[in-house]
Amino acid sequence: MLDASEPQGEAPGDGAHTHGGRRSYLIGLGYALALTAASFWASSTSVVYPPSVPVLLAVLAIAQMGVHLVFFLHISSAPDQANNVLALVFGIFVVALVVFGSLLIMANLNHNMMPMDRLLQMQR
Amino acid sequence: MNAIAQSLTDSAEPERVPLSLRGPASPRVVAGFGFWLFLLSDIVMFGAFFAAYAVLSGETAGGPTGAELFDKSRVFAETLCLLASSVTCGFSALAAQRGDRFATYLWLAVTFALGAAFLSLEVAEFAGMVSVGAGPSRSAFLSAFFALVGAHGAHVTLGLAWLVVMLAQVATLGFQPMVRRRLFCFALFWHALDIVWVGVITIVYLGAR
Repeated sequence: MLDASEPQGEAPGDGAHTHGGRRSYLIGLGYALALTAASFWASSTSVVYPPSVPVLLAVLAIAQMGVHLVFFLHISSAPDQANNVLALVFGIFVVALVVFGSLLIMANLNHNMMPMDRLLQMQR
Repeated sequence: MNAIAQSLTDSAEPERVPLSLRGPASPRVVAGFGFWLFLLSDIVMFGAFFAAYAVLSGETAGGPTGAELFDKSRVFAETLCLLASSVTCGFSALAAQRGDRFATYLWLAVTFALGAAFLSLEVAEFAGMVSVGAGPSRSAFLSAFFALVGAHGAHVTLGLAWLVVMLAQVATLGFQPMVRRRLFCFALFWHALDIVWVGVITIVYLGAR
């Protein structure tokens, strides 16, 4: 994968001219359309057990983000891309900390907060 | 690339060249990796908006809920616009790599049209919500909604402005390495916006109760 013009690694997206080109974008579009259609279907169907719909939507969204990363941004597990993948993993880690941390802390505060009517009574 | 690494590359299998002998990375790789880091930090910022929305999405203060306000067919049309524009943007990047000026213009113009269509749908949605009294000041839920979806819309607007600048640069400067790098970074930016939009439709529009 190394040649004189790319002495050290690949930039994200650089795989476009080596792996597939136009075909890669069209395959990605196909997958993305299928997953989008599935998400919209899942959100309004009664076939799926209702409490499990959010989980299904999350799975479909993560799959679609993966499709975008692989077919549009051309992120791969090639050794040349180790830097890009490491940065991506760190980004996902920070996003997960921020989102789940916020949800956990706010749910906990909400749970421990005195109901509003009791609070108003105490102030009298 | 320095002389030692060059000779190693020529003589042996290229993969065997140790990292320390390969010399500095090309400007294209440096620019691409730096821009990739920027995009990830931008996604972390969106993560904070997503967290705020997830925490506040139930706090409607007696006002309209998401399920009452959102029009799924409009969101589906917006998604199609953005997906198609991502692909045409990829085609423009391929055309720029070939040095095909006409195809680059054509695909960038199609990308601009699709992005503008997305933006007009979104502006119409916001205007409709504000006109029925569901503006950002109505409830914490709507504040978080307009902050998150508005931040994405602002990115798309900036992307369209960048696209016009790139058209002008291709016209005036041609396919210099510098212009190619900028086109390449623009494509990365546009694809990343699409990834954020997948999160928006799933959490905001399809997850609305």
